[in-house]
Amino acid sequence: MAEVLAVEIEGLVKTYRRRSAPPVTAVGGLSFQVPTGSVTALLGPNGAGKTTTVEICEGFRRADSGVVRVLGLDPARCGTALHPRVGVMLQAGGVYPGARAGEMLRLVAAHHRDPLDPDALLGRLGLVDAARTVYRRLSGGQRQRLALAIAVIGRPDLVFLDEPTAGLDVQARRATWELIEELRTSGVTVLLTTHAMDEAERLSDQVVIVDHGRVVAAGSPAELTHGGAEGQLRFRAPGGLDVDRLLLALPDGTVAREMPLGHYLIAGEVDPQLLAAVTAWCASNGVMAQDLRVEQRSLEDVFVELTGSELRP
Amino acid sequence: MTAGAAVPLAALDLRPAPGAAPPGRMLLAQTATEIRLTLRRGESVLLTLIIPLALLFFFDGVGALPADAGRPIDFLVPGLLALAIMSTAFTGQAIATGFERSYGVLKLLGASPLPRWVLLAGKTLAVLAVEVLQVLLLLIAGGLLGWHPHGSFGWVVLLLVLGTVAFSGLGLLMAGTLRAEATLAAANGVYLVLLMLGGIVFPLSNLPGWAEAIAKVLPTAALAGGLRSVLRDGSGVPAADLGILAAWAVVSLTLAARTFRWE
Repeated sequence: MAEVLAVEIEGLVKTYRRRSAPPVTAVGGLSFQVPTGSVTALLGPNGAGKTTTVEICEGFRRADSGVVRVLGLDPARCGTALHPRVGVMLQAGGVYPGARAGEMLRLVAAHHRDPLDPDALLGRLGLVDAARTVYRRLSGGQRQRLALAIAVIGRPDLVFLDEPTAGLDVQARRATWELIEELRTSGVTVLLTTHAMDEAERLSDQVVIVDHGRVVAAGSPAELTHGGAEGQLRFRAPGGLDVDRLLLALPDGTVAREMPLGHYLIAGEVDPQLLAAVTAWCASNGVMAQDLRVEQRSLEDVFVELTGSELRP
Repeated sequence: MTAGAAVPLAALDLRPAPGAAPPGRMLLAQTATEIRLTLRRGESVLLTLIIPLALLFFFDGVGALPADAGRPIDFLVPGLLALAIMSTAFTGQAIATGFERSYGVLKLLGASPLPRWVLLAGKTLAVLAVEVLQVLLLLIAGGLLGWHPHGSFGWVVLLLVLGTVAFSGLGLLMAGTLRAEATLAAANGVYLVLLMLGGIVFPLSNLPGWAEAIAKVLPTAALAGGLRSVLRDGSGVPAADLGILAAWAVVSLTLAARTFRWE
Protein backbone atom coordinates (compact mmCIF):
# COMPACT_ATOMS: atom_id res chain seq x y z
CA MET A 1 0.00 0.00 0.00
CA ALA A 2 1.49 3.27 -1.08
CA GLU A 3 -0.37 5.74 1.12
CA VAL A 4 1.17 6.84 4.39
CA LEU A 5 -2.27 7.73 5.68
CA ALA A 6 -5.01 5.14 5.37
CA VAL A 7 -7.70 7.65 6.34
CA GLU A 8 -7.54 11.41 6.19
CA ILE A 9 -10.41 13.56 7.45
CA GLU A 10 -10.29 17.32 7.31
CA GLY A 11 -13.08 19.64 8.48
CA LEU A 12 -15.83 17.02 8.14
CA VAL A 13 -19.37 18.35 8.65
CA LYS A 14 -22.58 16.32 8.56
CA THR A 15 -26.01 17.65 9.53
CA TYR A 16 -29.13 15.52 9.58
CA ARG A 17 -32.22 17.42 8.45
CA ARG A 18 -35.41 15.98 9.85
CA ARG A 19 -38.96 16.62 8.84
CA SER A 20 -40.57 17.69 12.09
CA ALA A 21 -37.62 18.64 14.26
CA PRO A 22 -34.68 21.03 14.14
CA PRO A 23 -31.65 19.79 12.21
CA VAL A 24 -28.97 17.96 14.19
CA THR A 25 -25.30 18.49 13.49
CA ALA A 26 -23.84 15.04 14.09
CA VAL A 27 -20.34 15.99 13.01
CA GLY A 28 -19.22 19.61 13.20
CA GLY A 29 -15.77 20.14 11.72
CA LEU A 30 -13.95 16.93 12.54
CA SER A 31 -10.32 16.33 11.55
CA PHE A 32 -8.02 13.43 12.22
CA GLN A 33 -5.76 10.98 10.42
CA VAL A 34 -5.23 7.25 10.57
CA PRO A 35 -1.67 6.20 9.70
CA THR A 36 -1.37 3.07 7.58
CA GLY A 37 -0.85 -0.04 9.66
CA SER A 38 -2.06 1.50 12.90
CA VAL A 39 -5.01 0.83 15.15
CA THR A 40 -6.98 4.01 15.82
CA ALA A 41 -9.88 4.17 18.25
CA LEU A 42 -12.60 6.76 17.93
CA LEU A 43 -13.67 7.14 21.53
CA GLY A 44 -16.69 9.13 22.54
CA PRO A 45 -19.99 9.11 24.40
CA ASN A 46 -23.22 8.07 22.71
CA GLY A 47 -24.22 10.50 20.01
CA ALA A 48 -20.74 11.96 19.67
CA GLY A 49 -20.73 11.41 15.90
CA LYS A 50 -18.54 8.28 15.78
CA THR A 51 -20.84 6.13 13.66
CA THR A 52 -21.67 9.00 11.31
CA THR A 53 -17.95 9.58 10.74
CA VAL A 54 -17.26 5.92 10.07
CA GLU A 55 -20.27 5.57 7.77
CA ILE A 56 -19.04 8.51 5.69
CA CYS A 57 -15.66 6.76 5.39
CA GLU A 58 -17.49 3.58 4.34
CA GLY A 59 -19.38 5.46 1.62
CA PHE A 60 -22.83 4.93 3.17
CA ARG A 61 -23.35 8.64 3.82
CA ARG A 62 -22.20 11.81 2.13
CA ALA A 63 -20.37 14.59 3.90
CA ASP A 64 -21.97 18.05 3.79
CA SER A 65 -18.52 19.58 3.66
CA GLY A 66 -14.93 18.74 4.40
CA VAL A 67 -12.48 16.36 2.81
CA VAL A 68 -12.47 12.61 3.38
CA ARG A 69 -9.84 10.34 1.82
CA VAL A 70 -9.84 6.60 2.37
CA LEU A 71 -6.74 4.86 0.95
CA GLY A 72 -6.24 8.07 -0.97
CA LEU A 73 -9.68 7.95 -2.59
CA ASP A 74 -13.02 9.71 -2.09
CA PRO A 75 -15.33 7.08 -0.56
CA ALA A 76 -18.44 8.74 -1.99
CA ARG A 77 -17.20 8.30 -5.57
CA CYS A 78 -14.74 5.43 -5.59
CA GLY A 79 -16.82 2.62 -4.11
CA THR A 80 -15.85 0.09 -6.76
CA ALA A 81 -12.15 0.61 -6.14
CA LEU A 82 -12.51 0.73 -2.35
CA HIS A 83 -14.98 -2.08 -1.60
CA PRO A 84 -12.52 -4.95 -2.19
CA ARG A 85 -9.87 -3.24 -0.05
CA VAL A 86 -12.02 -2.13 2.90
CA GLY A 87 -13.69 -4.45 5.43
CA VAL A 88 -16.83 -3.15 7.11
CA MET A 89 -18.37 -4.25 10.41
CA LEU A 90 -21.76 -2.68 10.96
CA GLN A 91 -23.02 -1.95 14.45
CA ALA A 92 -25.95 -4.30 13.84
CA GLY A 93 -27.41 -6.50 11.13
CA GLY A 94 -26.09 -6.99 7.64
CA VAL A 95 -26.95 -10.69 7.39
CA TYR A 96 -29.89 -12.44 5.69
CA PRO A 97 -32.18 -13.27 8.63
CA GLY A 98 -32.65 -16.83 7.37
CA ALA A 99 -29.00 -17.51 6.52
CA ARG A 100 -26.82 -19.72 8.68
CA ALA A 101 -23.71 -18.10 10.13
CA GLY A 102 -21.31 -20.30 8.17
CA GLU A 103 -23.33 -19.94 4.99
CA MET A 104 -23.22 -16.14 5.19
CA LEU A 105 -19.49 -16.09 5.82
CA ARG A 106 -18.88 -18.40 2.85
CA LEU A 107 -21.07 -16.16 0.68
CA VAL A 108 -19.04 -13.06 1.54
CA ALA A 109 -15.83 -15.06 1.07
CA ALA A 110 -17.01 -15.84 -2.47
CA HIS A 111 -17.08 -12.10 -3.22
CA HIS A 112 -13.31 -11.88 -2.69
CA ARG A 113 -10.38 -13.04 -4.75
CA ASP A 114 -8.22 -14.53 -2.02
CA PRO A 115 -10.30 -14.82 1.15
CA LEU A 116 -9.46 -16.38 4.51
CA ASP A 117 -10.67 -19.91 5.16
CA PRO A 118 -14.20 -19.38 6.57
CA ASP A 119 -13.99 -22.42 8.85
CA ALA A 120 -10.67 -21.35 10.34
CA LEU A 121 -12.07 -17.88 10.99
CA LEU A 122 -15.22 -19.31 12.60
CA GLY A 123 -12.98 -21.42 14.81
CA ARG A 124 -10.87 -18.48 15.80
CA LEU A 125 -13.92 -16.49 16.86
CA GLY A 126 -15.58 -19.36 18.72
CA LEU A 127 -18.40 -19.68 16.19
CA VAL A 128 -17.94 -23.31 15.17
CA ASP A 129 -20.98 -24.45 17.14
CA ALA A 130 -23.04 -21.55 15.78
CA ALA A 131 -22.04 -22.13 12.14
CA ARG A 132 -25.28 -23.96 11.32
CA THR A 133 -27.55 -21.64 13.29
CA VAL A 134 -29.65 -19.16 11.33
CA TYR A 135 -28.88 -15.50 11.97
CA ARG A 136 -32.26 -14.78 13.58
CA ARG A 137 -31.47 -17.29 16.34
CA LEU A 138 -27.88 -16.21 17.05
CA SER A 139 -27.23 -14.44 20.36
CA GLY A 140 -26.15 -10.81 20.32
CA GLY A 141 -22.55 -11.76 20.97
CA GLN A 142 -22.53 -14.36 18.19
CA ARG A 143 -23.93 -11.79 15.75
CA GLN A 144 -21.17 -9.36 16.73
CA ARG A 145 -18.47 -11.93 16.10
CA LEU A 146 -20.01 -12.95 12.79
CA ALA A 147 -20.04 -9.29 11.73
CA LEU A 148 -16.35 -9.05 12.62
CA ALA A 149 -15.61 -12.21 10.63
CA ILE A 150 -17.45 -10.76 7.63
CA ALA A 151 -15.34 -7.59 7.88
CA VAL A 152 -12.01 -9.42 7.74
CA ILE A 153 -12.77 -12.46 5.54
CA GLY A 154 -11.68 -10.69 2.33
CA ARG A 155 -8.16 -9.90 3.65
CA PRO A 156 -8.65 -6.13 3.39
CA ASP A 157 -6.03 -3.39 3.69
CA LEU A 158 -8.25 -1.43 6.07
CA VAL A 159 -11.13 -2.39 8.37
CA PHE A 160 -13.79 -0.24 9.96
CA LEU A 161 -15.16 -1.80 13.13
CA ASP A 162 -18.16 -0.04 14.66
CA GLU A 163 -18.27 -0.98 18.36
CA PRO A 164 -16.73 -4.41 17.84
CA THR A 165 -17.08 -5.56 21.45
CA ALA A 166 -20.34 -3.92 22.55
CA GLY A 167 -22.33 -6.48 24.52
CA LEU A 168 -19.71 -9.25 24.37
CA ASP A 169 -18.85 -11.49 27.31
CA VAL A 170 -15.29 -11.59 28.61
CA GLN A 171 -14.11 -14.53 26.49
CA ALA A 172 -15.59 -13.19 23.27
CA ARG A 173 -14.10 -9.79 24.00
CA ARG A 174 -10.66 -11.32 24.48
CA ALA A 175 -11.00 -13.28 21.20
CA THR A 176 -11.97 -10.06 19.42
CA TRP A 177 -9.09 -8.12 20.93
CA GLU A 178 -6.61 -10.84 19.98
CA LEU A 179 -7.86 -10.82 16.40
CA ILE A 180 -7.55 -7.02 16.22
CA GLU A 181 -4.00 -7.22 17.60
CA GLU A 182 -3.19 -9.84 15.01
CA LEU A 183 -4.65 -7.69 12.24
CA ARG A 184 -2.30 -4.94 13.33
CA THR A 185 0.79 -7.14 13.33
CA SER A 186 -0.25 -8.41 9.89
CA GLY A 187 -0.19 -4.87 8.55
CA VAL A 188 -3.93 -4.20 8.40
CA THR A 189 -5.06 -0.69 9.32
CA VAL A 190 -7.92 -0.66 11.84
CA LEU A 191 -10.30 2.18 12.67
CA LEU A 192 -12.67 1.19 15.46
CA THR A 193 -15.25 3.04 17.49
CA THR A 194 -15.80 2.31 21.12
CA HIS A 195 -16.91 3.81 24.35
CA ALA A 196 -14.90 1.30 26.34
CA MET A 197 -11.83 3.05 27.73
CA ASP A 198 -9.90 -0.11 28.47
CA GLU A 199 -10.42 -1.27 24.92
CA ALA A 200 -9.12 1.97 23.43
CA GLU A 201 -6.22 2.00 25.88
CA ARG A 202 -5.23 -1.59 25.25
CA LEU A 203 -5.63 -1.86 21.48
CA SER A 204 -4.86 1.50 19.98
CA ASP A 205 -1.79 3.22 18.72
CA GLN A 206 -3.88 6.35 18.57
CA VAL A 207 -7.00 7.41 20.43
CA VAL A 208 -9.18 10.16 19.01
CA ILE A 209 -11.63 11.42 21.60
CA VAL A 210 -14.73 12.78 19.92
CA ASP A 211 -17.56 14.72 21.50
CA HIS A 212 -20.40 16.73 20.01
CA GLY A 213 -19.03 15.98 16.55
CA ARG A 214 -15.58 17.39 17.20
CA VAL A 215 -12.19 16.02 18.17
CA VAL A 216 -11.46 17.05 21.74
CA ALA A 217 -8.15 15.23 22.07
CA ALA A 218 -5.97 12.88 20.08
CA GLY A 219 -2.78 11.01 20.75
CA SER A 220 -1.40 7.71 21.91
CA PRO A 221 -2.96 6.35 25.11
CA ALA A 222 0.29 7.21 26.92
CA GLU A 223 0.31 10.78 25.60
CA LEU A 224 -3.28 11.28 26.62
CA THR A 225 -2.93 9.87 30.11
CA HIS A 226 0.37 11.57 30.85
CA GLY A 227 -0.28 14.75 28.95
CA GLY A 228 -0.61 17.81 31.21
CA ALA A 229 -0.46 15.96 34.50
CA GLU A 230 1.83 13.18 35.61
CA GLY A 231 -0.67 11.96 38.10
CA GLN A 232 -3.23 13.06 40.58
CA LEU A 233 -3.99 13.14 44.25
CA ARG A 234 -7.41 12.60 45.75
CA PHE A 235 -8.64 13.03 49.30
CA ARG A 236 -11.80 13.53 51.28
CA ALA A 237 -12.28 16.36 53.74
CA PRO A 238 -15.10 18.61 54.97
CA GLY A 239 -16.80 20.36 52.07
CA GLY A 240 -16.14 23.97 51.08
CA LEU A 241 -12.39 24.25 51.68
CA ASP A 242 -10.87 27.29 49.99
CA VAL A 243 -9.27 25.55 47.01
CA ASP A 244 -7.71 28.78 45.73
CA ARG A 245 -5.83 29.31 48.97
CA LEU A 246 -4.68 25.69 48.88
CA LEU A 247 -3.32 26.25 45.37
CA LEU A 248 -1.20 29.16 46.63
CA ALA A 249 0.67 26.65 48.73
CA LEU A 250 1.33 24.32 45.81
CA PRO A 251 3.77 24.50 42.88
CA ASP A 252 2.79 26.38 39.73
CA GLY A 253 0.90 24.31 37.16
CA THR A 254 -0.97 22.33 39.75
CA VAL A 255 -4.75 22.31 39.53
CA ALA A 256 -7.17 21.59 42.33
CA ARG A 257 -10.90 21.31 42.50
CA GLU A 258 -13.67 20.05 44.72
CA MET A 259 -16.05 17.67 42.98
CA PRO A 260 -18.38 16.47 44.33
CA LEU A 261 -18.70 18.28 47.68
CA GLY A 262 -16.06 17.05 50.12
CA HIS A 263 -13.99 15.24 47.46
CA TYR A 264 -10.84 16.99 46.36
CA LEU A 265 -8.71 16.34 43.30
CA ILE A 266 -5.27 17.76 42.78
CA ALA A 267 -3.59 17.16 39.45
CA GLY A 268 -0.04 17.99 38.57
CA GLU A 269 3.41 16.59 39.00
CA VAL A 270 2.78 14.36 41.98
CA ASP A 271 6.01 14.04 43.94
CA PRO A 272 6.83 13.80 47.68
CA GLN A 273 7.05 17.61 47.90
CA LEU A 274 3.52 18.03 46.55
CA LEU A 275 2.21 15.41 48.96
CA ALA A 276 3.97 17.14 51.85
CA ALA A 277 2.67 20.55 50.76
CA VAL A 278 -0.91 19.33 50.67
CA THR A 279 -0.79 17.60 54.03
CA ALA A 280 1.03 20.58 55.58
CA TRP A 281 -1.64 22.97 54.29
CA CYS A 282 -4.36 20.71 55.70
CA ALA A 283 -2.60 20.49 59.06
CA SER A 284 -2.14 24.24 59.33
CA ASN A 285 -5.85 24.74 58.56
CA GLY A 286 -7.04 22.11 61.02
CA VAL A 287 -8.37 19.91 58.23
CA MET A 288 -8.35 16.13 58.58
CA ALA A 289 -7.70 14.69 55.11
CA GLN A 290 -9.03 11.16 54.68
CA ASP A 291 -8.54 8.50 52.03
CA LEU A 292 -5.61 10.38 50.60
CA ARG A 293 -4.30 8.55 47.57
CA VAL A 294 -2.03 9.06 44.61
CA GLU A 295 -3.29 7.89 41.22
CA GLN A 296 -2.17 7.73 37.66
CA ARG A 297 -4.70 9.29 35.36
CA SER A 298 -6.55 6.64 33.48
CA LEU A 299 -7.90 7.20 30.00
CA GLU A 300 -11.29 7.32 31.66
CA ASP A 301 -10.20 10.31 33.77
CA VAL A 302 -9.01 12.10 30.64
CA PHE A 303 -12.22 11.20 28.88
CA VAL A 304 -14.53 12.43 31.63
CA GLU A 305 -12.41 15.53 32.06
CA LEU A 306 -12.79 16.33 28.36
CA THR A 307 -16.36 15.30 27.75
CA GLY A 308 -17.96 16.12 31.09
CA SER A 309 -19.77 13.79 33.40
CA GLU A 310 -23.40 14.40 32.54
CA LEU A 311 -25.36 11.50 31.11
CA ARG A 312 -26.03 11.39 27.37
CA PRO A 313 -29.34 10.47 25.84
CA MET B 1 -16.59 -31.97 17.62
CA THR B 2 -18.26 -31.68 21.00
CA ALA B 3 -19.31 -28.34 22.39
CA GLY B 4 -16.75 -28.40 25.17
CA ALA B 5 -13.75 -29.46 23.11
CA ALA B 6 -11.04 -26.91 22.63
CA VAL B 7 -11.16 -25.61 19.09
CA PRO B 8 -7.73 -25.82 17.52
CA LEU B 9 -6.75 -22.38 16.35
CA ALA B 10 -5.76 -22.69 12.74
CA ALA B 11 -3.23 -20.12 11.67
CA LEU B 12 -4.89 -17.30 9.80
CA ASP B 13 -2.90 -15.34 7.30
CA LEU B 14 -4.42 -11.94 7.85
CA ARG B 15 -1.91 -10.08 5.71
CA PRO B 16 -3.79 -7.91 3.21
CA ALA B 17 -4.57 -9.60 -0.10
CA PRO B 18 -7.62 -7.65 -1.23
CA GLY B 19 -9.45 -8.10 -4.49
CA ALA B 20 -12.87 -8.80 -5.92
CA ALA B 21 -13.79 -12.29 -7.05
CA PRO B 22 -14.63 -12.78 -10.75
CA PRO B 23 -18.28 -11.72 -11.35
CA GLY B 24 -19.21 -15.26 -12.44
CA ARG B 25 -18.19 -16.72 -9.09
CA MET B 26 -20.07 -14.00 -7.22
CA LEU B 27 -23.18 -14.55 -9.34
CA LEU B 28 -23.09 -18.29 -8.72
CA ALA B 29 -22.72 -17.80 -4.95
CA GLN B 30 -25.50 -15.18 -4.80
CA THR B 31 -27.90 -17.26 -6.87
CA ALA B 32 -27.27 -20.45 -4.89
CA THR B 33 -27.74 -18.59 -1.60
CA GLU B 34 -30.95 -16.91 -2.73
CA ILE B 35 -32.41 -20.25 -3.91
CA ARG B 36 -31.47 -22.00 -0.66
CA LEU B 37 -32.93 -19.21 1.46
CA THR B 38 -36.18 -19.17 -0.56
CA LEU B 39 -36.68 -22.93 -0.28
CA ARG B 40 -35.84 -22.82 3.44
CA ARG B 41 -38.62 -20.34 4.26
CA GLY B 42 -41.70 -22.38 5.07
CA GLU B 43 -44.16 -19.61 4.20
CA SER B 44 -42.46 -19.09 0.87
CA VAL B 45 -42.70 -22.80 -0.04
CA LEU B 46 -46.38 -22.72 0.96
CA LEU B 47 -47.00 -19.61 -1.12
CA THR B 48 -45.06 -20.59 -4.22
CA LEU B 49 -45.35 -24.37 -4.45
CA ILE B 50 -48.24 -25.64 -2.35
CA ILE B 51 -51.01 -23.06 -2.80
CA PRO B 52 -51.03 -23.11 -6.65
CA LEU B 53 -51.11 -26.95 -6.63
CA ALA B 54 -53.80 -27.05 -3.94
CA LEU B 55 -55.97 -24.56 -5.85
CA LEU B 56 -55.52 -26.59 -9.04
CA PHE B 57 -56.72 -29.83 -7.46
CA PHE B 58 -59.48 -28.11 -5.46
CA PHE B 59 -61.06 -26.09 -8.26
CA ASP B 60 -60.66 -28.93 -10.76
CA GLY B 61 -62.45 -31.19 -8.28
CA VAL B 62 -65.38 -28.94 -7.29
CA GLY B 63 -66.23 -27.85 -10.83
CA ALA B 64 -67.12 -24.28 -9.81
CA LEU B 65 -66.60 -22.86 -13.30
CA PRO B 66 -69.44 -21.77 -15.61
CA ALA B 67 -70.31 -24.30 -18.29
CA ASP B 68 -69.24 -22.03 -21.16
CA ALA B 69 -65.66 -21.82 -19.84
CA GLY B 70 -64.76 -25.19 -21.35
CA ARG B 71 -63.02 -27.96 -19.43
CA PRO B 72 -62.04 -26.69 -15.95
CA ILE B 73 -58.49 -28.05 -16.24
CA ASP B 74 -57.88 -26.07 -19.46
CA PHE B 75 -58.99 -22.92 -17.68
CA LEU B 76 -57.14 -23.60 -14.42
CA VAL B 77 -53.61 -24.58 -15.53
CA PRO B 78 -52.84 -21.27 -17.32
CA GLY B 79 -54.39 -19.29 -14.42
CA LEU B 80 -52.37 -21.11 -11.80
CA LEU B 81 -49.17 -20.72 -13.84
CA ALA B 82 -49.85 -16.98 -13.66
CA LEU B 83 -50.47 -17.22 -9.90
CA ALA B 84 -47.21 -19.14 -9.46
CA ILE B 85 -45.25 -16.45 -11.31
CA MET B 86 -46.91 -13.71 -9.26
CA SER B 87 -46.28 -15.47 -5.94
CA THR B 88 -42.56 -15.92 -6.61
CA ALA B 89 -41.62 -12.81 -8.57
CA PHE B 90 -43.87 -10.39 -6.68
CA THR B 91 -45.04 -11.58 -3.26
CA GLY B 92 -42.10 -13.73 -2.21
CA GLN B 93 -39.52 -11.36 -3.62
CA ALA B 94 -41.13 -8.25 -2.08
CA ILE B 95 -41.29 -9.79 1.40
CA ALA B 96 -37.78 -11.24 1.32
CA THR B 97 -36.21 -8.07 -0.08
CA GLY B 98 -38.10 -5.91 2.43
CA PHE B 99 -36.66 -7.87 5.33
CA GLU B 100 -33.19 -7.92 3.77
CA ARG B 101 -33.36 -4.16 3.60
CA SER B 102 -34.50 -3.80 7.21
CA TYR B 103 -31.82 -6.24 8.42
CA GLY B 104 -29.15 -4.15 6.68
CA VAL B 105 -28.23 -6.99 4.28
CA LEU B 106 -28.44 -4.75 1.24
CA LYS B 107 -26.44 -2.08 3.06
CA LEU B 108 -23.63 -4.48 3.94
CA LEU B 109 -23.58 -6.11 0.51
CA GLY B 110 -23.45 -2.58 -0.93
CA ALA B 111 -20.08 -2.14 0.81
CA SER B 112 -18.73 -5.51 -0.36
CA PRO B 113 -17.07 -6.01 -3.76
CA LEU B 114 -20.40 -7.38 -5.04
CA PRO B 115 -21.64 -5.12 -7.86
CA ARG B 116 -25.31 -4.21 -7.64
CA TRP B 117 -26.05 -5.78 -10.98
CA VAL B 118 -24.73 -9.12 -9.70
CA LEU B 119 -26.91 -8.83 -6.61
CA LEU B 120 -29.99 -8.14 -8.76
CA ALA B 121 -29.04 -10.76 -11.35
CA GLY B 122 -28.65 -13.32 -8.56
CA LYS B 123 -32.13 -12.50 -7.28
CA THR B 124 -33.56 -12.77 -10.79
CA LEU B 125 -31.88 -16.11 -11.50
CA ALA B 126 -33.12 -17.47 -8.16
CA VAL B 127 -36.66 -16.34 -9.00
CA LEU B 128 -36.41 -18.01 -12.41
CA ALA B 129 -35.08 -21.24 -10.87
CA VAL B 130 -37.98 -21.41 -8.41
CA GLU B 131 -40.39 -20.65 -11.26
CA VAL B 132 -39.00 -23.53 -13.33
CA LEU B 133 -39.73 -25.81 -10.38
CA GLN B 134 -43.24 -24.38 -10.01
CA VAL B 135 -44.03 -24.69 -13.72
CA LEU B 136 -42.79 -28.29 -13.80
CA LEU B 137 -44.92 -29.23 -10.79
CA LEU B 138 -48.01 -27.57 -12.30
CA LEU B 139 -47.46 -29.21 -15.69
CA ILE B 140 -47.06 -32.63 -14.06
CA ALA B 141 -50.16 -32.09 -11.90
CA GLY B 142 -52.09 -30.85 -14.95
CA GLY B 143 -51.00 -33.91 -16.90
CA LEU B 144 -52.25 -36.15 -14.10
CA LEU B 145 -55.60 -34.38 -14.32
CA GLY B 146 -55.83 -34.95 -18.06
CA TRP B 147 -54.63 -31.56 -19.32
CA HIS B 148 -53.13 -31.11 -22.83
CA PRO B 149 -51.39 -27.87 -23.84
CA HIS B 150 -51.90 -26.18 -27.21
CA GLY B 151 -50.26 -23.33 -29.01
CA SER B 152 -46.69 -22.18 -29.32
CA PHE B 153 -44.15 -22.92 -26.61
CA GLY B 154 -42.27 -19.71 -27.50
CA TRP B 155 -45.18 -17.40 -26.70
CA VAL B 156 -45.69 -19.16 -23.39
CA VAL B 157 -42.07 -18.61 -22.40
CA LEU B 158 -42.21 -14.97 -23.50
CA LEU B 159 -45.35 -14.40 -21.42
CA LEU B 160 -43.80 -16.05 -18.38
CA VAL B 161 -40.58 -14.03 -18.67
CA LEU B 162 -42.36 -10.72 -19.26
CA GLY B 163 -44.70 -11.48 -16.37
CA THR B 164 -41.71 -12.22 -14.16
CA VAL B 165 -40.11 -8.90 -15.08
CA ALA B 166 -43.31 -6.94 -14.42
CA PHE B 167 -43.97 -8.63 -11.07
CA SER B 168 -40.34 -8.32 -10.00
CA GLY B 169 -40.51 -4.60 -10.72
CA LEU B 170 -43.64 -4.27 -8.60
CA GLY B 171 -42.16 -6.35 -5.80
CA LEU B 172 -38.91 -4.37 -5.71
CA LEU B 173 -40.84 -1.09 -5.91
CA MET B 174 -42.77 -2.09 -2.80
CA ALA B 175 -39.77 -3.53 -0.92
CA GLY B 176 -37.59 -0.55 -1.72
CA THR B 177 -39.97 2.09 -0.40
CA LEU B 178 -42.10 0.60 2.40
CA ARG B 179 -40.98 -0.66 5.80
CA ALA B 180 -40.50 -4.44 5.97
CA GLU B 181 -43.65 -5.02 8.07
CA ALA B 182 -45.73 -2.83 5.75
CA THR B 183 -44.32 -4.71 2.75
CA LEU B 184 -45.27 -8.03 4.36
CA ALA B 185 -48.87 -6.89 4.85
CA ALA B 186 -49.21 -5.10 1.51
CA ALA B 187 -47.63 -7.89 -0.55
CA ASN B 188 -49.98 -10.46 0.93
CA GLY B 189 -52.96 -8.12 0.49
CA VAL B 190 -52.14 -7.44 -3.15
CA TYR B 191 -51.61 -11.17 -3.71
CA LEU B 192 -55.11 -11.90 -2.43
CA VAL B 193 -56.73 -9.11 -4.46
CA LEU B 194 -54.94 -10.14 -7.65
CA LEU B 195 -55.81 -13.80 -7.01
CA MET B 196 -59.47 -12.79 -7.02
CA LEU B 197 -59.30 -10.13 -9.74
CA GLY B 198 -56.80 -11.97 -11.92
CA GLY B 199 -59.00 -14.42 -13.79
CA ILE B 200 -57.09 -17.22 -12.12
CA VAL B 201 -59.66 -19.60 -10.70
CA PHE B 202 -62.80 -18.04 -12.22
CA PRO B 203 -63.31 -15.97 -15.36
CA LEU B 204 -63.22 -12.17 -15.28
CA SER B 205 -66.69 -12.18 -16.86
CA ASN B 206 -68.06 -13.30 -13.46
CA LEU B 207 -67.08 -9.89 -12.04
CA PRO B 208 -69.30 -6.79 -12.17
CA GLY B 209 -68.65 -4.78 -15.34
CA TRP B 210 -66.60 -2.02 -13.70
CA ALA B 211 -64.44 -4.51 -11.82
CA GLU B 212 -63.88 -6.51 -14.99
CA ALA B 213 -62.72 -3.35 -16.78
CA ILE B 214 -60.15 -2.63 -14.08
CA ALA B 215 -59.06 -6.25 -13.72
CA LYS B 216 -58.33 -6.59 -17.44
CA VAL B 217 -55.42 -4.16 -17.30
CA LEU B 218 -53.88 -5.64 -14.15
CA PRO B 219 -50.76 -7.75 -14.78
CA THR B 220 -52.20 -10.94 -13.32
CA ALA B 221 -55.19 -10.98 -15.66
CA ALA B 222 -52.96 -10.12 -18.61
CA LEU B 223 -50.59 -13.00 -17.81
CA ALA B 224 -53.39 -15.49 -17.07
CA GLY B 225 -55.38 -14.33 -20.12
CA GLY B 226 -52.37 -14.48 -22.42
CA LEU B 227 -51.36 -17.96 -21.23
CA ARG B 228 -54.93 -19.15 -21.58
CA SER B 229 -55.31 -17.81 -25.12
CA VAL B 230 -52.19 -19.72 -26.17
CA LEU B 231 -52.40 -22.88 -24.09
CA ARG B 232 -56.17 -23.44 -24.24
CA ASP B 233 -57.26 -21.73 -27.45
CA GLY B 234 -54.07 -22.24 -29.44
CA SER B 235 -54.10 -18.55 -30.46
CA GLY B 236 -51.13 -16.87 -32.11
CA VAL B 237 -49.52 -13.71 -30.77
CA PRO B 238 -51.16 -12.66 -27.48
CA ALA B 239 -50.35 -9.06 -28.43
CA ALA B 240 -52.67 -7.16 -26.08
CA ASP B 241 -51.59 -9.16 -23.05
CA LEU B 242 -47.90 -8.88 -23.93
CA GLY B 243 -48.42 -5.12 -24.33
CA ILE B 244 -50.04 -4.77 -20.91
CA LEU B 245 -47.26 -6.81 -19.25
CA ALA B 246 -44.57 -4.80 -21.04
CA ALA B 247 -46.16 -1.56 -19.86
CA TRP B 248 -46.26 -2.78 -16.25
CA ALA B 249 -42.64 -3.94 -16.56
CA VAL B 250 -41.39 -0.59 -17.84
CA VAL B 251 -43.36 1.52 -15.35
CA SER B 252 -42.61 -0.63 -12.29
CA LEU B 253 -38.90 -1.09 -13.00
CA THR B 254 -38.43 2.61 -13.76
CA LEU B 255 -40.16 3.61 -10.53
CA ALA B 256 -38.31 0.95 -8.55
CA ALA B 257 -34.95 2.06 -9.91
CA ARG B 258 -35.75 5.68 -9.00
CA THR B 259 -37.14 5.11 -5.52
CA PHE B 260 -35.31 2.04 -4.20
CA ARG B 261 -33.53 2.77 -0.93
CA TRP B 262 -30.84 0.26 -0.07
CA GLU B 263 -31.11 0.80 3.70
